[in-house]
Amino acid sequence: MAQGWLQIALFAVVLVALTKPLGVYMARVFTNQHVFLTPVLGPIERFTYRVLRVRPGEGQDWKGYARSLIVFSLLFWVALYLILRTQGVQPFNPQGFHSAPWDVNFNTTSSFITNTNWQYYGGEATMSYFSQMAGLAVQNFVSAAVGIAVVVALIRGIVARSGREIGNFWADLTRTILYVLLPISIVGALFLVSQGVIQNLGHYQVIHTLTGGNQVLAQGPVASQEAIKELGTNGGGFFNVNSAYPFENPSGLTNFVELLLILVIPAGLTYTYGRMVGSQRQGWAIFSAMFVLFIVGVAVVYLAEQHGSPAQHAAGLHTAAFDGSTGGNMVGKEQRFGVADSSLWTAVTTVTSCGAVNAAFESLTGIGGAVPFVNLGFSEVVFGGVGAGLYSMLLYVLLAVFIGGLMVGRTPEYLGKKIQAREIKLVSLGVLFTPLVTLLSAGIASAAPVAKQSIYAGRNPSGLSETLYAYLSQANNNGSAWAGYTGFVQPHAPGNVGAHGLSFTDLLGGIVMIGARFAPILFVLAIAGALAGKKVSPPGLGTMRTDNPTFVFLLVGVVILVGALTFFPAILLGPVANGLSGRLF
Amino acid sequence: MAGLRRDLVTAAVALVLMTLVLGLAYPLVIPGIAQVVFPGQANGSKVSFEGRTVGSKLIGQEFKGRAYFHSRPSATEYSADATFFGNAGPNSAELRDSIREELAAYLKREKPYDRSLTREQVPVDAVTESASGVDPQISEANARIQAHRVAAVRNLSLAEVEALIAAHTDGRSLGVLGEPGVNVLRLNIALEEKAPLR
Repeated sequence: MAQGWLQIALFAVVLVALTKPLGVYMARVFTNQHVFLTPVLGPIERFTYRVLRVRPGEGQDWKGYARSLIVFSLLFWVALYLILRTQGVQPFNPQGFHSAPWDVNFNTTSSFITNTNWQYYGGEATMSYFSQMAGLAVQNFVSAAVGIAVVVALIRGIVARSGREIGNFWADLTRTILYVLLPISIVGALFLVSQGVIQNLGHYQVIHTLTGGNQVLAQGPVASQEAIKELGTNGGGFFNVNSAYPFENPSGLTNFVELLLILVIPAGLTYTYGRMVGSQRQGWAIFSAMFVLFIVGVAVVYLAEQHGSPAQHAAGLHTAAFDGSTGGNMVGKEQRFGVADSSLWTAVTTVTSCGAVNAAFESLTGIGGAVPFVNLGFSEVVFGGVGAGLYSMLLYVLLAVFIGGLMVGRTPEYLGKKIQAREIKLVSLGVLFTPLVTLLSAGIASAAPVAKQSIYAGRNPSGLSETLYAYLSQANNNGSAWAGYTGFVQPHAPGNVGAHGLSFTDLLGGIVMIGARFAPILFVLAIAGALAGKKVSPPGLGTMRTDNPTFVFLLVGVVILVGALTFFPAILLGPVANGLSGRLF
Repeated sequence: MAGLRRDLVTAAVALVLMTLVLGLAYPLVIPGIAQVVFPGQANGSKVSFEGRTVGSKLIGQEFKGRAYFHSRPSATEYSADATFFGNAGPNSAELRDSIREELAAYLKREKPYDRSLTREQVPVDAVTESASGVDPQISEANARIQAHRVAAVRNLSLAEVEALIAAHTDGRSLGVLGEPGVNVLRLNIALEEKAPLR
């Protein structure tokens, strides 16, 4: 296992090392300063503003910002739905795929607009290249940029010296895509191609194999989508088995780079935050709280997976590692990633709201599988989705400040701004909304007879895990899955012929994703507006510090208390029941 | 209302612009560059035998018969155009049964050629389904066990087969990342070249 720990440590070190440079870069981008790409991208940026007819310097109050964001997202929802519905008549469709059923399209559209990338369809068997490129991949950029724009607006609200404006949505959107997402994606995509990730527009190829069989190799513009899929913490695979598929993720090196792409922006944003609020220690405090929760998660998955599963042991298989074999639970895992990299990926993709996978979640051991549940139970605040993770974490920071203030009897105050009734009400709504939606929808889906056909594993803890995880993942805009759960029945016929959706499951999931994405965004923007109007009072003797280890401890405590305890009973009945009993079902 | 109308117009223009740039220009420029700089990789890292393409070195194939190295079990019969996970849970009785069967079959196949082989020595990857269903690799331990059988069937010495295994083992990336694995398709091609079946 030493080699596995070494890889995990190496990843952590590189991540920490990248946090500052990217954080500084993004801070300069969001405050409209000169960066090394400005000479190239500046003219394109100004051209974009001219075409959009926006004045980037014109600030919006929180309502104006929210209105632009909602109108923009709504329009894109309609456009994406139409693209998916009319797939059959579009170009770049060498396999001649018809459209998937309307209810599956509803789910998919809602999924990609909200940065969830929950997938009831299998990419290579359902989607044309046009749908993948001009429909889904566009959303990978746009929904990521929306998340980042919201956190930037919140930061502006926190630092504003009594005003009402929190920035310009269109400028934030443009600059995020142009200066952050697109350049890193281009470099990332080309690197991935050089390592074997495919990038072409050709027909699927029929291969006569070495021993005389046939194998049809699916093709496609994979690398360009893979890069932004990780970077934007989207996670929707080009192929059904996502980053486990060798054409998406061919080696230990690509695995490492893709993991970095997932975490680098959420980690970098904590540094950006410190810089924008004028105190790097505030940023590192938040980073530390996230980092602790992340590393504990990685360690638990790795130890559990290396131990092996009850089914393996009952079959008489020895799961100890020895020379030339990784040992452990290799069910649903790839040889080139082994146990360590699969475990690391499992933690990374669930602390962020990425949801891409390189191993089968449903085949994780009970305790190893409990970690994704707990990470999602934290409402994606441990690094989290790009932008979304930090703005959700800042809600917890305000909550921790409030609770800390109550405990020591001081007026709760964050960075010189008093936290009052209105803010705390909004924070509570923001923090509790997603868990409430999750438990309600998972409860309905567990009880409703019509939802039974979505479950693969049957009436046992794994079956409950599937249902609970489906709604936990959709509500938190993550998109990873206990993949037995389905909303799409596809016979083995080419081109979606005869396929049908499971309407109840598709519609409930779609509504959950939209609600749990946009309601918290509105709460966050309202908080930004409320904070922007407040005067800054200088810190005094009575100010509770929010940049020291005590506060990090308090913050971690609040996240665990609120997040995990909400879901503790449900998680006990699913993965933990599997993990603690050796019983087979 | 004026604000709303303005937002609608801006959003509509943004939609068209972003779809063109992010949805068409970006994914079409990348293959343009890739097809020139990395044509082999961009088109699937194909490998050929006796002048004909027999697969991709990244996508595993199913091998049967005693003369070949066998790939890992697959939930999808090595489908490369309709992929899915096996989704067997950790406490599934079905999973126990399938591993038990795989284990018995593996021992039955290899033991006649490697008398000292015991159940404890069978590596986990040999009897468990991979994630992708097309795992191109097997573990080194798995290959070393199968080497006895392949050497006997193809009239090669064990040392010769082990040398071929070593030549087709992908080490960890940069020496540290991932796990080493033996590429089954490339190894079997090398076998066919060195000692063809008559």
